[in-house]
Amino acid sequence: MMLDDFFYRAVIAGVGLALVTGPLGCFVVWRRMAYFGDTMAHSALLGVALSFLMGVNLTIGVFAVAAIVAMALLLLQRQASLSTDALLGILSHSTLAVGLVLVAFMSWVRIDLMGFLFGDILAVSRLDITVIYLGGIVILGLIILLWRPLLASTVSAELAEAEGQRPEAARIMLMVLMASVIAIAMKLVGVLLITSLLIIPAATARRLSATPEQMAVIASLLGALAVIGGLSGSLHWDTPSGPSIVVAALVLFIVSLMLPIGRLKGESHVRNW
Amino acid sequence: MDAMATEKLIALTGMGVRAGGRWLVRGVDLSIARGEIVTLIGPNGSGKSTTAKVATGVLKASEGVVSRLPGLRIGYVPQKLSIDWTLPLTVNRLMTLTGRFSPEAVAKGLEAVGAGHLGKAAVQNLSGGEFQRVLLARAMIRKPDLLVLDEPVQGVDFAGEVALYDLIKDIRNKTGCGILMISHDLHVVMAETDTVICLNGHVCCTGTPEIVAKSPEYLQLFGTRAAETLAIYKHHHNHEHLPDGRVQHADGCVTESAEHHGHDHEGHHHAG
Repeated sequence: MMLDDFFYRAVIAGVGLALVTGPLGCFVVWRRMAYFGDTMAHSALLGVALSFLMGVNLTIGVFAVAAIVAMALLLLQRQASLSTDALLGILSHSTLAVGLVLVAFMSWVRIDLMGFLFGDILAVSRLDITVIYLGGIVILGLIILLWRPLLASTVSAELAEAEGQRPEAARIMLMVLMASVIAIAMKLVGVLLITSLLIIPAATARRLSATPEQMAVIASLLGALAVIGGLSGSLHWDTPSGPSIVVAALVLFIVSLMLPIGRLKGESHVRNW
Repeated sequence: MDAMATEKLIALTGMGVRAGGRWLVRGVDLSIARGEIVTLIGPNGSGKSTTAKVATGVLKASEGVVSRLPGLRIGYVPQKLSIDWTLPLTVNRLMTLTGRFSPEAVAKGLEAVGAGHLGKAAVQNLSGGEFQRVLLARAMIRKPDLLVLDEPVQGVDFAGEVALYDLIKDIRNKTGCGILMISHDLHVVMAETDTVICLNGHVCCTGTPEIVAKSPEYLQLFGTRAAETLAIYKHHHNHEHLPDGRVQHADGCVTESAEHHGHDHEGHHHAG
């Protein structure tokens, strides 16, 4: 049985994750939320520390902390005494630092810090795979269900609102979805590399797509390809698995840059008035 | 049909919006009926966009009464819509942004604004005039009762401006929707406008374009020169006077004067 082999378990888990990060990553790229995603991911380590401290499930603890950090940022933005950029910088690094300090204090538990920072995809269990696929189906289902309002508010919040939609709700929904992806992805690629799985496949897909829907699907497929390629490379050259996946995604991105301009979709059109 | 024509789509009475400890706009009375074109003019920061946002329901009024026809469907053409290059978006896809429409309806909607050939084009590649037409088509495909246009001719050259105003008039005539338009270009108020509301934090004056142009409040706010050049587009209006005295015609040709092109003098526009 394939699931008995740690390598195939890793591939199955990674592909499941990539299918979800593709469409969600598109929104991160379109809405310029890359640094925001990074901040949420960094806060995951604080989530890990608090989960151990309070004895709650790790995935739930990480999700809760990431979601709280996102909401805190929304509130701080309304006060607007500091730029979003500076706020993100403060939250991103302070949550990571507080998490690291807390972990150091908890001498009674042994925490594999490297595993949380860079991921340990080769150690995924059948339970992890179940969580990834169940969570993934819920997240993907919500994205598909809410696709039109999410996209409309991405193009123009003002326009969406004038035509009876609720862009603020869409924004909060995206943050919740990101927090869930971070929670299920942390074990696979680690808090420092999660956002790369969101951003790189989506950025690569841009040059191959003419519509938002195409970009979302292509990003999923490219992410899956990066997981398979990265893990194979990691097995072959004995390199760390998480970073190898990111390197594979980067290679795909660079290849996409080399596509001749004429091949770009939705670009050819002659102006005539 | 007459009852339809006078039915109020929206009415603001004594409307005011307060934000950050000051009144952005106050004491606005405004109503739009089916088939009516209402234009808001006024300097920057005079509360035009705020008023329009209250009308669309994006902003809540801090005082006054806002009444909307129940189930009022609004089509909106925003002032600025820059679509990031990272978002691949064809014109056809943009048409179905806030609602589901058949490919036939999309093609027909684009055809109606003269953009039928642009369906597969990426929105980032459109010219200013093309983009405004597509945005109009996108707002109209919803069959709105009220069309709200925020600076519809922004970033459009003069010939395109005239064509766009003609198009807006056609839309009103064909669909009978009410239109709320914002214009910061004080010199250009289309002739088809039924009511001009001149704002400067409050309503300075209201009336037909001709009445507003002659009102003392308008003259005080914008000066007599503005009144002289308050252009009211006529159908045959098809040229503009360049700063150097030459005349540019709608077809793009430039001549030394407008003598050999018959035109009526209240209908021209001075560039610059």
